[in-house]
Amino acid sequence: MFLTAIDRYSWRKSLEAICIPVGAVLVALIIFGVFCAVVGANPFGVYGSIYKAAFGGWSAWQRTFIQASPLMLSALCTVLPARLGLVIIGNEGALVMGGLGAIAVGLSLGESLPPLLVQIGMAMGGMLFGGIWIAIAGALRHYRAVNETISSLLLNYIAIAFLNHLVGGPMRDPSSLNKPSTFPIAEINRLGDIPGTRIHYGLLYGLIACIVAYILIQRTTFGFAARTAGGNVRAAQIAGLPVGKLTIIICFLAGSCAGLAGMVEVAAVHGVANESLNVGYGYGGILVAFVARHNPLASALVATLLGGILASGGILQRSHDLPDATVLVFQGLVFLMVLYSDSLYGRFAFFQERETLPSNLSPIE
Amino acid sequence: MEAMTANNQTPTKVLPALEAVNMSKRFGSLVALDRVNLTIKPGTVHALLGENGAGKSTLVKCIMGFYQPTEGEVVIDGRSRQIDSPRDAHKYGVGMVYQHFTSVPAMTVAENLVLSRYDNTKLINWKRESEHLSEFMAASPFKVPLDVPVAQLAAGQKQKLEILKQIYLQSRILILDEPTSVLTPQEADEVLGLLREEVTAGNLSILLISHKFREVMAFCDEVTVLRKGKLAGTGLVKDLNISDLAEMMMGEQRELEQIEKTATSTDKTVLEIKNICANQDNGLPAVKGLNLKVNSGEIVGIAGISGNGQKELVEVLSGQRSATSGSILVNGETYRATREEMFRHQVFSLPEEPLHNACAPNMSVAENMALRTFDRPPQSQRGFLNLTAIRQAAKSLIQTFSVHTPSPETPIANLSGGNIQRAVLARELSSDKTQLLIAANPCFGLDFGAVDFIHRSIIEARNRGVAVLLVSEDLDELLKLGDRIFAISEGKLVYESTTAEADINTIGQRMAGH
Repeated sequence: MFLTAIDRYSWRKSLEAICIPVGAVLVALIIFGVFCAVVGANPFGVYGSIYKAAFGGWSAWQRTFIQASPLMLSALCTVLPARLGLVIIGNEGALVMGGLGAIAVGLSLGESLPPLLVQIGMAMGGMLFGGIWIAIAGALRHYRAVNETISSLLLNYIAIAFLNHLVGGPMRDPSSLNKPSTFPIAEINRLGDIPGTRIHYGLLYGLIACIVAYILIQRTTFGFAARTAGGNVRAAQIAGLPVGKLTIIICFLAGSCAGLAGMVEVAAVHGVANESLNVGYGYGGILVAFVARHNPLASALVATLLGGILASGGILQRSHDLPDATVLVFQGLVFLMVLYSDSLYGRFAFFQERETLPSNLSPIE
Repeated sequence: MEAMTANNQTPTKVLPALEAVNMSKRFGSLVALDRVNLTIKPGTVHALLGENGAGKSTLVKCIMGFYQPTEGEVVIDGRSRQIDSPRDAHKYGVGMVYQHFTSVPAMTVAENLVLSRYDNTKLINWKRESEHLSEFMAASPFKVPLDVPVAQLAAGQKQKLEILKQIYLQSRILILDEPTSVLTPQEADEVLGLLREEVTAGNLSILLISHKFREVMAFCDEVTVLRKGKLAGTGLVKDLNISDLAEMMMGEQRELEQIEKTATSTDKTVLEIKNICANQDNGLPAVKGLNLKVNSGEIVGIAGISGNGQKELVEVLSGQRSATSGSILVNGETYRATREEMFRHQVFSLPEEPLHNACAPNMSVAENMALRTFDRPPQSQRGFLNLTAIRQAAKSLIQTFSVHTPSPETPIANLSGGNIQRAVLARELSSDKTQLLIAANPCFGLDFGAVDFIHRSIIEARNRGVAVLLVSEDLDELLKLGDRIFAISEGKLVYESTTAEADINTIGQRMAGH
């Protein structure tokens, strides 16, 4: 009797976790529609265009995936620390530092090694730089109790300034006139496309990273310890878990994911490091992480959705005469609605677990 | 309203008398207060003594209008008064100072004083207010700088501010709820001494809730003692001595139901605490050079009134706080409460408030039950969790310990308090290799059945040879379970005895700092 009661899987909770964010996105769509109507565009036309530009046909999907891959990686920079109870928003900075690490390795190795090894070296460089960047925020948090949200935000500014300094001076390629950039990495070392597509291998990096992160958090003892410390530091301490070590390792891993996104942007998209590294994938990643409620697998899906929205920026300008920042308005609305929807969990009776009293036990209280 | 204006504008020099007549308060079937009478004569300091849970707070909450008494009435100035809220109590000149500070830390003293007023002024004329406040401060018994943010004040000054607020509100009868629990003895003496002068000068009457005998003997005129919700005694302080008070507070006869203990050899020291010192959260020393040994197969009890360092001691032993000096040895080896050491020496904990101290609220019951074992086979191999094993282990614990939960996957925070406690017990008591158990108020807030279950489990563990350190505010529990008993006061052990030879009155006096 009792066993059947505790064997029941709680599908209601899972349904709640799907319905609430989907509902939030729908509400954001409606508000965005009102916004478009006020500006003078037909909301349904705009919806149609976004859909077509993002998911209408194979070439649209390819553009979407190209946008999605750095978002998946940078989202993990917020997702992983969130499981430890930290709010890290240093994704942009870690991405920039990762790009710098990758270009440094790529340029110094040149063509001395086979391309695959150079690419691995660039990935390691990007992950190391990005990882250390966020580990700084984690160490400040653990040892000096500095608020990790603020410190990681400020680290973004430092990283971007550092990038601008390097590409404007010490690392500048004199031939880059309009947009100061570093020297390009050798063409042969660039990350190629998945055969038969225009999508670079960064998408695989992103998908694999999301899966690995999920397994790490949900299925390993390390993830268990991190989730315990995130749930209640005092309980983690009473179980003897090394909270400081966990904090720094998680922050390093988080930063290295964003750093890998920087490497992908450098090695697959730009071939150089320049200000195009900080075009908002870091901030987009924060949005993805929150919409996905810090679930790494959901992050991959949400990143694809957001990638699609970003990919549709150009078409809104061309077909509806809307400024291309319009997608940012949409993105902001989605973010706000999803954050708001967080307060709705547990409010709907339908999603609550039904208490079934086992007949052989009386309620204890 | 008329009474209010009369009281506010022309403070009478005659102090009102406050009486609680035949007060009872029942919560469901629990009788928290049973026909208690209390009279505070004008111009006196009246002490209200009692153990934790004796009904002291319930009584004053009924007087202040937080609770409506089930029976009885409050008589102020010879007339029965209906008090529905602290605001009503203020109307009759009764004000209360709470154990914990109620000032806004970021605001200045002056702002906090103005904020404390009950009037609904929409505009504050700061020029006039500051003149008024300066005059008030010049005439008041305590001096606290007006322009300093409260966050920058020392604990003693903050407590003075709390009292000043009530004087500022022209309260004539102050109820002080353990006002010295957050103060150093020196600060406590200063605050109480100044209040005593105010009372002697005829400006105030005071009801002082305390469990420190020293304060009662030094500063109070009369005393009322509560025990288990009933009036245990009352009288003039000058007619009583400390052992009378201890007897009233603790009760004369205690019938202890003994649980069968088997004789165990107790010459192997498991836990040795050497000269441990630790600070409170605010940086003041809480544990001051404490030494203690616990042998295999014995229960060592530490009695004490909360706030005397036992919480910090337990936190140091559990790895939740670092010691400032001293060392802890388990089985003769240095112990720093790392996971590896906990496993090697099989150290387990039963902390108070399990949801706050021993559970990750959003994780499932099964995960919380696996907190001690998740990184060992069969629950994990080579760093990967075996979710089936974790679930199976949880299911068997859920049954053995009758944890009432919809499923092992339910977040533990959704369970009732008693069931959370059972889940933690299941985790901490189910190992048969346990060598050391550290328990802190393990039965706090539980019903009789659960208490009995925990007591039996602890004694069974002892009989198996586990060394048990039991820190509790419940003296009965310690006398029932302990082999040896200590009393802690102000961070030091001040009493030691075997339970058989323990003298309750002496323990009571020592706990109260005598």
